[in-house]
Order: sequence, then C-alpha cells, then structure tokens
Amino acid sequence: MPEQRIKFYQTGTYTAGNRLLNEEARTVQSRMDRTNSLNSGHRACQGCGEALGARYAVDAAMRAAHDRLIAVNATGCLEVFSSPYPESAWQIPWMHSVFGNAPAVASGVAAALRAKGREDVKVIAQGGDGATVDIGFGCLSGMFERNDDVLYLCYDNEAYMNTGIQRSGATPPFARTNTTQAVGETPGNLPSTGKNLPRIAMAHGIPYVATASVADLHDLEAKVTRAMAVQGARYLHIHVPCPLGWGSDPAHTIKVARMAVESGLFPLFEAQFGTVVDRMPIRHKVSVEQYLELQDRFKHLFGPPRNTDAIAAIQAIADANIATYGLTA
Amino acid sequence: MNRKPFAITLDPNSSLANHTGNWRTMKPVYVDRLPPCNQACPAGENIQAWLYHAEEGAYEEAWRRLIEDNPMPAIHGRVCYHPCETACNRGQLDEAVSIRAVERFLGDQAILHGWQVPCAPPTGKRVLIVGAGPSGLSAAYHLTRMGHAVTIHEAAAKVGGMMRYGIPAYRLPRNIVEAEVARIEAMGVTIRLNTRVEDLDATIKTGGFHATFLAVGAHLARRIDIPGVDAKRMLDAATFLSRMESPFPYKLGRRVAVYGGGNTAIDVARTAERLGAEPVIIYRRDAVQAPAFKEEVAEAAEEGVRFHWLRAITKADHDKLTVEVMEMDEQGKPKPTGRFETIEADTVILALGQKADTGFLRNIQGIRVSDDGTIEVDECMMTGHPGLFAGGDMVPGEQSVSMATGHGKRAARHIDAYLRGTLYVKPPVHPLATFDRLNGWYYTDAEQSKQPILALARRRATFEEMVGGLDAGTALLEARRCLSCGNCFECDNCYAVCPDNAVIKLGAGNRFAFNYDYCKGCGLCAEECPCGAIDMVKDLK
Repeated sequence: MPEQRIKFYQTGTYTAGNRLLNEEARTVQSRMDRTNSLNSGHRACQGCGEALGARYAVDAAMRAAHDRLIAVNATGCLEVFSSPYPESAWQIPWMHSVFGNAPAVASGVAAALRAKGREDVKVIAQGGDGATVDIGFGCLSGMFERNDDVLYLCYDNEAYMNTGIQRSGATPPFARTNTTQAVGETPGNLPSTGKNLPRIAMAHGIPYVATASVADLHDLEAKVTRAMAVQGARYLHIHVPCPLGWGSDPAHTIKVARMAVESGLFPLFEAQFGTVVDRMPIRHKVSVEQYLELQDRFKHLFGPPRNTDAIAAIQAIADANIATYGLTA
Repeated sequence: MNRKPFAITLDPNSSLANHTGNWRTMKPVYVDRLPPCNQACPAGENIQAWLYHAEEGAYEEAWRRLIEDNPMPAIHGRVCYHPCETACNRGQLDEAVSIRAVERFLGDQAILHGWQVPCAPPTGKRVLIVGAGPSGLSAAYHLTRMGHAVTIHEAAAKVGGMMRYGIPAYRLPRNIVEAEVARIEAMGVTIRLNTRVEDLDATIKTGGFHATFLAVGAHLARRIDIPGVDAKRMLDAATFLSRMESPFPYKLGRRVAVYGGGNTAIDVARTAERLGAEPVIIYRRDAVQAPAFKEEVAEAAEEGVRFHWLRAITKADHDKLTVEVMEMDEQGKPKPTGRFETIEADTVILALGQKADTGFLRNIQGIRVSDDGTIEVDECMMTGHPGLFAGGDMVPGEQSVSMATGHGKRAARHIDAYLRGTLYVKPPVHPLATFDRLNGWYYTDAEQSKQPILALARRRATFEEMVGGLDAGTALLEARRCLSCGNCFECDNCYAVCPDNAVIKLGAGNRFAFNYDYCKGCGLCAEECPCGAIDMVKDLK
C-alpha cells in the first residue's frame, strides 16, 4: 500500500522533509544521520539518476536493516563509477563479482548467513537494466525460483550506459542508442515490447515486486522499507534517468523521471505473490511529448518531419498502462 | 601504501580523495529573493518572514516580526486593500494566501494577550508630530522604539484620523483602533487631543522639538457647483463620515444620491444604507473605470446600493436630480450625449476626493505646496524646510491607511538619522522571487480559507463588523499555504536530491551549505528547490 500521505499545504507531502513535521514523518534522505551509503567522490556524471537512486534505496534499506546489510553489485555504471581502483565510494559491506552473476552471488551470501545463523544481517543485490534484464537474467530467475532471501534492486536507465550507450532489453521503442541509430525506415530502437521485468518477476510468484522512481522519494523509500520487512525473494525496479545516454539536461534528471510517471509511461505499482495490489495514481497528467521532448534520444521524432505515428504509438503505451494499472485516481 | 591485494579490497570512503568539484563550470548558491507580497506591501512589511513564524503556530513571534514594520496589524488586517494578495504567487497556482486575514488574526491575538513593545533607551531628542492618523501614529511608534520622545498634536477630539473619521465602523470597529493606539501610547507617546496647530514655529519653539513630522491627512472635500442645489441638502463625504463619530449624525432624507466612483463613495452609500436610506451612486464614468475596488462595489450592491454609471449631475431640484447620460469615447473619456434623465433624490453627498488643509504651513520657509494642496517632500520624506518632514495623505501619492503607515516608518528612519546627524541608507533590495522560479509540483492544492461574513439583514441595518476573523486552526492552515517564495524554508529537497552528497544540512533553523569539493554543478538542487532559493552561477576556475 502507498504510505499514508501527510496532507501538508505548504510542502512536506512531496518534498523530502519539512521543519513542521516530526522527524519520523520525514524521509530517510532528509535526516542528518542518513547513511550516505554511496558517498561523495564517486565518478558518476553530473546529475546521475542511478547514483541518486542507489543512495535513496540503499540508505532506506540500511535504516530498515538497522545498518546490518551486505550489498552485492553487478557490473555496470554503478559498479564502475563507485569503485575505480584504488577508491571506493561505499560505506557499507559491498561486493562485486562479474556482470551476469550478482543474483547468484547474493543467493550465496544469503545462504552463508543462514548457515551461520546470522538472521540479523540482510542481503541486497543491485544492478543496472543490462545486468538485470539481459546478462544476469538467468541467475535472477533462479534466485526468484528458489525464493532466496534477497532484495534485488534494478536501476533502470534503459540502455548499457557504462560501455557507451548500447541498446538493452529495457530500451524503449524509438529511442536512439549507439546501436539503434536514428536512421532508416524505423529510426531508433525497434517498436517491440522489450522486456518488462517487473511483470516477469511477478510471473515467478515471489512475495514482493514493485516499481519506483527517483521522482517520488517518499514512495521509493516506503517500498524499500516494506520490501525489507518481507522474507524471500523481492524485486524493486527503479526508474533512473541518465543525462548522458538520454541526452537530457543533468538538472532535469528528476523532472524527466517525473514526466515518465505523470505521463503513464512508467507506472508505479506494487505486487504481492504475482498480483498487483496497489498503484500510485497520476497527480498532474502530462502527454508523452512532454516527457520525450526533454531527451535528445527522441529528438528525431520531432522532425522535421514530425513522426506522428511513433509519438502516437508511445502515447498508446502510456494509455495502456493507465488503463491496466488504473493510474487515474 | 595500500598493502591489501591489488584491486581486491578498497577502503570504504576512499573516494573522498577524488574532488569531483573540479568538474564544475556552474555552481549553486543559496539566495534570498524578494517575495512579491513584500514588494507590494505599502507598509513595507516582511510578510514572508512573519508567515514563517505563524506556520509554526508561533503567533507572538510572528506578531513581533510583523510589528517591526507595522504597529497596527489588527487595523490593517481589516482595512488594508491587500496589494500583497494581488501580487501573491500562489494566486497563479490556485488562490492567493489570505495574508490580510492572518495579519488580522495576529493583531487580535496581540490585543487579546496584551503583548507590549519594548523601546530603546532615551536619546534625549524630542519630536513633534502633527496628526494622530495612521501616518503620525506609525512615525510616533517607530521613533519611540528608537528612543526619541514623541508628542502628537491632534486637532480632533479622538485619535485615529481617517481610520476613525473616514472608515465606517462596520469595516473597522472603534475598539480595535483604541486598542492599537493604546499600545502605542503605553510606549510613552504623548497625544494631545483637541490641539490644532495654528502657528507651527511657535509650537516647535515652545515644545523644544528637534524635528517635526507633519501628517495632517486630507480632510478638505473637493466640491463642484451644481446649479439649483439647496446648500442644506448637499453634503460632502468627509463631513458626513466624520459626523458619524459625533453624537449627532446627519439626518438624511430617504433617497440619497452619492456623487463619485471611489471607495469613499461606496463607504458613504453603505453607511447611508445602514442609516435606513435608499442610496444611489451616480458616477460620470463606467463601472470598469470607477476607482472603487470591485469587491467593495459588489458588497455594496448586495446590501442594496444602486448604481447609475455614466451619468453626470447637471441640475438639482427639490426632490430630483437632472443627470446627463454620458458615453465613453475612444480615448476612454466620458463625453456628454445631450440626453437627460431624472433621478429622485432629496440629499446629495459629494464624494469627489479630498485634499489636505495646508494653510497653516503657508508662512513656513522652504515649504513647497503643490497646486493640488499636497506638500512636496524629498526621498527622505523631508520638506524644503530642514527638520520638517511630512507624510500620509498630505503628500503626493496613493491615499490609503497602509501607504500612510509606510510613510510613517520611512519618515521615522530619516528623522532618526537626521537627529543623529547621519543619513539613513536603505539596505539593498533582493531581486524579485518570480513565479517561474518556483517548482509548483511540490505544493499541494489548497483552497483559500474564507472569513465568516455577517448576515445580509444585519449588514443592512447595523454597524456591526461585517467580516469576521479566522479561528486559530484556520489561521494556521492559511499561514501554511505560503509558498515561501524565494526564501529557504528547510524542506530538505536540495539535501536529498544531490547525487553527490554535496549539500550539507546544518540543522533546524540553520539551513544548508554546499560542499564545493564534491559539487559537480549539475543543477538538480536548483531545479528541484520548490521556492527558487538557489541560483546557478558561472564558476570558471
């Protein structure tokens, strides 16, 4: 269930904190004693959505786990920018193995803790969309199937950004990447369905699946906190804009994410044991154009000539999401 | 030396060696901007700052912040035409914050709890103020707070000036005026009633005053000649309204014609309505051009006042008026049409504006009186005569209680500087906090709180106060509708949205600081600041 929103007229309902609220009603990110699990000095680009999403999620997980947490990281931007030799930006026990095996390593860590009787320590695994929906997909499906006690966090920036913006199974239709150039009859990524990993995770019948966005901090933290209270395999898919790969202004990272949510392109929902149990209604509905226009990867749709068919097709995806999840309050 | 195996184990936090701040070409800086309400306030209040305290329910602190600028919040919370609310950025989001209603609530709290004002130690300087209206009282208050000894000479029998003799009691109950003036008197201001200043030089010399502030207001009615009018049946608005304060108000006929289209005309008509007459307002121009506030026109109409727009009185007979129908020409000026009508009326009240009675200043050296009777002052509110200052309705500019109160404050600052032999320099004004700098997504929709209104039947027959005050709960909610335009209110957004942890939270009341060692200059904090209190500026090393 979405957390009880505090109706505050000035702010506080949506801002990170508010001096008029008691501490407990504010976000983890507004606290002076937040963990800063991913600390300064990392080498992410300006305005990196993934760096932001990772700190949001891991800080909330640390708070939920009373600071007893082990993180396993797949290869990807997050791993590369946070741990270039000889520096690490992590302030928590953190482990990196290879690109495709993060879920399997995390399963192993969980198994070792169980063998040692350490019920107090929790395990998370994290990776980008490449490591999650493509390269590590087999390991992840196995982790789900065995219902291992791990929270898997996917930071979805919709392409392989670290290696130079190549298409992934999570790249949206018509988006330009370096492997789906804006040329030819169908410029940009092919208008296929791609891989909808939250739905695939739900199909495994695991106890908890949810989507979140860096545009809604209260909702993101509430979902991490709820997921941390569940035993078994859990999956949280977090939308994190990438200014470099998407060709958006670094200052617009949250705005872009907000437009994705408010247009219906990135629905925020929660599922238990394969069934959607709640969704976050859209507050101020926007058209998909308002989302697409902020990003150079969709620039080719706006012409000349304007690709009205493609824009209509993307709008249809948003409209279908709105209908499927009931996003109009 | 790192003695751990190569590239296997890295120390936590070792990334701090990498100062990513050197990637930056733009850097964020915290700014304070001037909220539009503050800019619009004729009394120069820092509205956003006092609302900040009111939001916490710290009403006394809010009131104390408010009276730094305006000593009469309970009065202004009733009669000010709230240009602040017209300017309020929230008006573009849903509805303006009802600033005046919160100000009134704070003013009433102060009266209820008897909050008093501390003063600075005496300076030994004496100041004469002529006129105990809003401007004179405001100047007296500020000068007394600065430690000067103030004596006010007031010609009338009671204090308040236009607040008593111009504004009807249904808008401003007299006990409110008494209470706020009493607080100013309690600070040590001497007020001499029934003391008209005839010879200013002599008054200053006998009293040993070091400086003087003139604030006699504008009580002389402008008149026109209307053929056929029997002088007994023609009054002017100023005289009519001020006689309401005497034990012997005018006896009006049944049909009262009020000639004019300003707020005074409305006040007169609504007063006449309450006295049992059937008032009509006659004005040469149309409703759009009438200077009266639209809200007041609508309220008067509700109460039964009728309007004859585009009519000029040409002749007055025993019980009727002959009016000529006017029409607006292309320049927006009324022009006669040659068509005539009659309107039944047994009394005519002229509400054509007022001017100051400045005759007693004619012989003062250096004073310049304009053609319209106003006194010319410089930017320090000083007349051509050194040490002689003037403000309120007797100097050029808008005539209102709030403007006069603002003049009183400004004059007090300059008089204080004059007495100390220095010059008051106004602190630099921040650039405006415009609506486009706000991030509206973070604010929740919330309707304006409505003040209770007296039942229409009682509005038409009594002088009871028409508009009620907000209760504590509603006042708190209304204060919290403030967007805090251009001034940090510690929502923690910048602290949360920085991907590089380059915002340092300094704790409650201390706001935030940037850690420029790590700030990459992405601009997310500025973009996601709800109130526009962060600027991105060039930072080329």
